[in-house]
Amino acid sequence: MAAETKLFGKLKTAEQEHEDPKEQLMFDPRPREELNRMVMEMMTTTTKKFWLWAIGLGVGVVVLLFGAWGYMISTGMWVTGLRRPIFWGVFIVTFVFWIGISHAGTFVSAILRVFKAEFRRPFTRAAELMTTFGLAAGALYPLIHLGRVWVFYFMIPYPNARWLWVNFRSPLVWDLLAITTYLLSSTIYLYLPLVPDLAMARDRTTGIRHSAYKILALGWRGTEAEWFRLRKAIQIFAFAIIPVMFSVHTIVAWDFAVSQVAGWHSTIFGPYFIIGAILSGVSAVVTILYILRSTLKHMDYFLRPEHFDALGKLILVFSMAWAYFFFNDYLLGWYGGEAAVRQILTLHATGPAAWVWYLMLICNMAVPWLTLWNRKIRRTPWLMFIITLTINVGMFAERYTIVPLTLGHQRTPFDWGVYTPQPVEISIVLGTFCLFTFLYLITSRLIPMVPVWEVQEGQVAHTLRKIGKAEVPTVTELD
Amino acid sequence: MAEVSIAEKWGLVVDQDRCTGCNACVVACSMENNVPFTGEDNVAFGRGTYWIYNKRMWEGEYPRVAPAFQPVMCQQCGSAPCEPVCPTFAAVHSEEEQINLQVYIRCIGTRYCANNCPYHARQFNFQDPDIPEPMNSYLNPDVTVRSKGVMEKCTFCVQRIVGGRQTASAEDRPLRDGEVTPACVAACPSGALVFGDLSDPNSRVSQMAQNERQYKLMDELGTKPKVTYLKGGGRNGG
Repeated sequence: MAAETKLFGKLKTAEQEHEDPKEQLMFDPRPREELNRMVMEMMTTTTKKFWLWAIGLGVGVVVLLFGAWGYMISTGMWVTGLRRPIFWGVFIVTFVFWIGISHAGTFVSAILRVFKAEFRRPFTRAAELMTTFGLAAGALYPLIHLGRVWVFYFMIPYPNARWLWVNFRSPLVWDLLAITTYLLSSTIYLYLPLVPDLAMARDRTTGIRHSAYKILALGWRGTEAEWFRLRKAIQIFAFAIIPVMFSVHTIVAWDFAVSQVAGWHSTIFGPYFIIGAILSGVSAVVTILYILRSTLKHMDYFLRPEHFDALGKLILVFSMAWAYFFFNDYLLGWYGGEAAVRQILTLHATGPAAWVWYLMLICNMAVPWLTLWNRKIRRTPWLMFIITLTINVGMFAERYTIVPLTLGHQRTPFDWGVYTPQPVEISIVLGTFCLFTFLYLITSRLIPMVPVWEVQEGQVAHTLRKIGKAEVPTVTELD
Repeated sequence: MAEVSIAEKWGLVVDQDRCTGCNACVVACSMENNVPFTGEDNVAFGRGTYWIYNKRMWEGEYPRVAPAFQPVMCQQCGSAPCEPVCPTFAAVHSEEEQINLQVYIRCIGTRYCANNCPYHARQFNFQDPDIPEPMNSYLNPDVTVRSKGVMEKCTFCVQRIVGGRQTASAEDRPLRDGEVTPACVAACPSGALVFGDLSDPNSRVSQMAQNERQYKLMDELGTKPKVTYLKGGGRNGG
C-alpha cells in the first residue's frame, strides 16, 4: 500500500486530511489534443497477450458456450442436473447474476449523471458497456434453459398463423419485454455519449476504421446546435432509463415472487433483488476498472484511486442496504409463521448446502464491512479488485441459494431434492463469462473506452470553491 | 355432439384408508397415457415420469408403525398455479371439462409451471421417449407421444372423458355416472379411487366428497383442487 501512494510521483501520508487537488483527474488537466491522443493510443495498442486472450476467449465462447449448448439441444435436458422438484438450476442463477451485473452501467452512469457526481466522468462508458454485454450474456439464458429452444418465438407477441397470443399474465413474458426494452434503451444510452468520441476517432484514423467511424459518428461536426441536442438527449435518456433499470430487476424478482413456491413467495423480492443487482453491478464495475487500468495504455491517468475510493463507498452503502433487505426477507418470513418457509430458512443455514449460504454472508457482508470502511484499502486498486470479485462470488451464492436450494426444500419432505450442476451446465456458464469478456475485450479496441469529451468538459469546468472549512470541487459553470 | 353439457366438473376421490399402495394405478396410467419409461437410472435420479405417484409415508411410533399411502396426481385445481405462469398458454383450463390441460405443441419448456405446482404433478421430458420396436404397438393412439423438452401431466384421461361423451351422444342419452373412468380408477383393485362429475350432486363422487373424512391437499394455498382425499384411520382401516 505504501507503494500505491507513490503512484503519481508524490509521497502522501495517510493522515493527510485534504489530498492534493492534483491527485484528482478533474484538477490534473492535460491539453485536449493530448487527451485525444492518449485515448486513441489506448484504443489502437494491442499486445501479443491481448491477442492470446482474445483467441482463447473466442475459442471458449465457441466450445464452452455454443458447443455445450448445441450438445444440450441435440440430446435433451437430461445432461443437466435438474430433477424433480428442482426444475430451475444454475442457468437461472446465472441469468439473474448477469441481469444484476447489467445494472451497474445504468446505475453508475445514469444515476451518477443525474445526481451530477463528478467522479463518474472517466468510467461511464466502461460501465455502460457492462450493461450492454451483461444483458447480451444474460439474455441468452432464457433461451438456453428452454426445453424446446427452437420454438422460442412462441413467447414473442406478434400476429401469427398459429392464431395464438402470449399469456401476458406470465412473468416470463414480462421478462422478455423488460429485457428487450432494457437492452435497446441501454444500447442507445451507450451510443449517445459515444458519438462525439467516435467523431474524434474518425478524425484521427485512416482506412477502414475511418470509414467505419464515419458512419457511426453520424456526421458529427461539433456545432453548438449538435452539442445542445446531444446534451438534451443524454439528459432525457439518463432520466428515462432509471425507471427502466428498476423495472427490469423487479420483474426478474417477480419471476420468483409471484409464484407459489415457499421461500420465493415474498413481497420484498423486488427491492431486495434491485439492491443485490446494484451491489453486484457496482462491484463488477470496480473489477473491470481494475483490469482496464492495468491493461490499457494511459488508463492509469484516467482511473485513479479517487475513483476506486468513491465506488468503494458506494459498495459499502449498498452492502449494508443489501443486508437490511436480506434480514428483512428472513425476519418477515420467520414472523409470517408459515411452517414451510420457516423450514426452508432454517435449512439454508443448517442443511447440506449451508456452506453456500455462509459463503454469501461472508462475501457480501463480512468482507466489505471489514475492509471498505478503510480509506487506504479503498484507494488500493488491487485490493478493491479482490474485494469486489469476492462480493460477486457472494452474489452468485445468493442467487444459488434462492433458486435451486429453495426449490429443493418443498412443502412436503417427500418432494425434497438435491441439485448438483453438471459439466454441461458449468461449461455453458463459463461460456457466457467468456462471451462477456470476449465482447468487452474486442470492444475496448474498437471504441474509445474513456468518454474523452466528458473528461475534458469536467476538467475545463471544475473549480474549487470554499464552503465552510472544506474546499469542494464544483461545476457551477455547466448547465 | 348434439348436446354438450358445459356444466361438467370432473372430480376424483381418493380413499386413503382403502389404498393398499399396490401402484396398479401408476402402471395403468403409464400404459393409458403413453407415459415414457425413463429407465432405472433416471428414476433413481428423480426424473422418473409418472402422472400419478404414490407417496409412501409412515404412521405411528415405533414399534407400532404402519405404512400410509397417498396417491398424488394432478389435482386439476380450479385456481391452478401452473396456468398463469405459462407464457404460451400451454397450460390451459378447459372450459368444458373444468380440468387443466397441457397443450404439448405449445409448450416451450420453461418449466415454470413445474416449479409453481405445489403437488409436483408436472413431469418434464428430459429426453425423447425411447420406445423399442415391438413396444410401439402398445402405444395408445388417442394420446400424443411427447417429445423432449415439453411438460406433461395427468389429464384425468381426457380422451376417455371425450370418448364417453361421444358414445353417450351417439346413443342420444346423457352421460351416466360411473360411465367414464380414468385408467387409474379402472385399475384400482381396492376401490380407493372414485371418479365422476362433481356438478351432479347425486353422483357417487359428489356423495363421497362430502364424507367427514375428507380433506384437500394443501387446501390452504387456495388452489381449489378437484381431488378429495379421505383419511380417517382407526376403524376406517388404513
